[in-house]
Amino acid sequence: MIAASFEYDAPSTLEEAIGLLQQYGEEAKILSGGHSLLPMMKLRFASPERVIDINGIPGLSYIKEENGVLKIGALTREAEIEHADLLKQKFPIFGDVTKLIADPQVRNMGTIGGNLAHGDAANDHPAAMLALRATVIATGAGGQRSIPIDEFFFGFYTTALQHGEILTEIQIPVPPKGTGSAYHKLERKVGDYATAGVAVQLTIENGVCKAIGIGLTNVNPTPLRAARSEQLLLNKYLTDENIAAAAQLASEDCSPSSDLRGSEEYKRAMVAVLVKRMIKKAIERVNN
Amino acid sequence: MNKQITVTVNGAQHTLEVEPRTLLVHLIRETLNLTGTHIGCDTTSCGACTILLNGKSVKSCTVLAVQANGKSITTIEGVSTEVAMNPLQEGFKENHGLHCGFCTPGMIMRATELLADNPDPTEDEIRWGISGNLCRCTGYNNIVKAILYASAKMRGVPTASTEPEFV
Repeated sequence: MIAASFEYDAPSTLEEAIGLLQQYGEEAKILSGGHSLLPMMKLRFASPERVIDINGIPGLSYIKEENGVLKIGALTREAEIEHADLLKQKFPIFGDVTKLIADPQVRNMGTIGGNLAHGDAANDHPAAMLALRATVIATGAGGQRSIPIDEFFFGFYTTALQHGEILTEIQIPVPPKGTGSAYHKLERKVGDYATAGVAVQLTIENGVCKAIGIGLTNVNPTPLRAARSEQLLLNKYLTDENIAAAAQLASEDCSPSSDLRGSEEYKRAMVAVLVKRMIKKAIERVNN
Repeated sequence: MNKQITVTVNGAQHTLEVEPRTLLVHLIRETLNLTGTHIGCDTTSCGACTILLNGKSVKSCTVLAVQANGKSITTIEGVSTEVAMNPLQEGFKENHGLHCGFCTPGMIMRATELLADNPDPTEDEIRWGISGNLCRCTGYNNIVKAILYASAKMRGVPTASTEPEFV
């Protein structure tokens, strides 16, 4: 399969890339890892007239901690996130997420920025970003702006990014001691999108849940925060009873559609199972 | 508008004019006539088109040729000399790691990066490591053995060919 014809630019600075995006508006598409965009172009689901390859722009690939904030450059490859020592201790969830994204070759190309900017509820990072309460940094002609993750996903393949803006960084608050996180998705085979996926980060103080984020993958038109489940557990003891009640709320609040991966009923049931398991895994990681 | 690109393929530099929509796998197979890189699914699933791009294994059906500009590419044709097989090729031969052979070039290119990153992988790490490569013949067991064989050989550990498993 070969994509429809397009013009190709490979700018070497962010300013140049933003200029091209402004010039070509809706005709232009940003090429990052390309492993969502190129398959869509080959199937002709997408036919941009102009492809702007940002891979040659230096300074967009990094993982660092500054003043209590974890900063990940948008061009950081999934494989780099998978093996980053900085993340293993404080953010074990990244190991869970990246290991389940497609396969090793795809992770060598795919980027975290592209995974989020694609705006697909089936992608795995969005749910994790909801659980971690991330902030997305978008850079445009007027400079940078911060978009809280809860205001980032709008609808099917739609995000808060405007034409002429590039997602350049993801910022995540480094959680206090007593925090654990975990992610898992059910997949039929390696490389498949989630039947259902759940991301959890929680902080425990003297046995009480002092902070919790729960994000759901591919069981809603947009990546979903399980808000009622979070509310139920906040400032409570994480008893089996409370966890089960939170899991039940998440399965009620999502809106999965029946497809080849399973019926709506099955997916709701799996959301409940995964919420329970991921909360327990996150608690184990606190204790360890 | 065509773009001029320069790529180094298996050590040889080429400067070529390509249409932006040309896929890297088509450049490799049709322009450079290196047909050892296969096209299986053409949807980033099977891994038959795996090559090394600056040492990283990628699926060349999902990379544009223009994205390889200025980069170094290794294909299956570049892993050995004309007189000797490399340890992975030898491992696949000794352990019956292939039947029809269609997936083999991709398996070997993927395993090349796997062993470069992790010279002494466990069986589990190998299975995860080749999870993006599909084989419809072998059932994978002998492919895993082939990679273990290559790992041992490359580390200077004595190797013995294992009896093939016929299940």
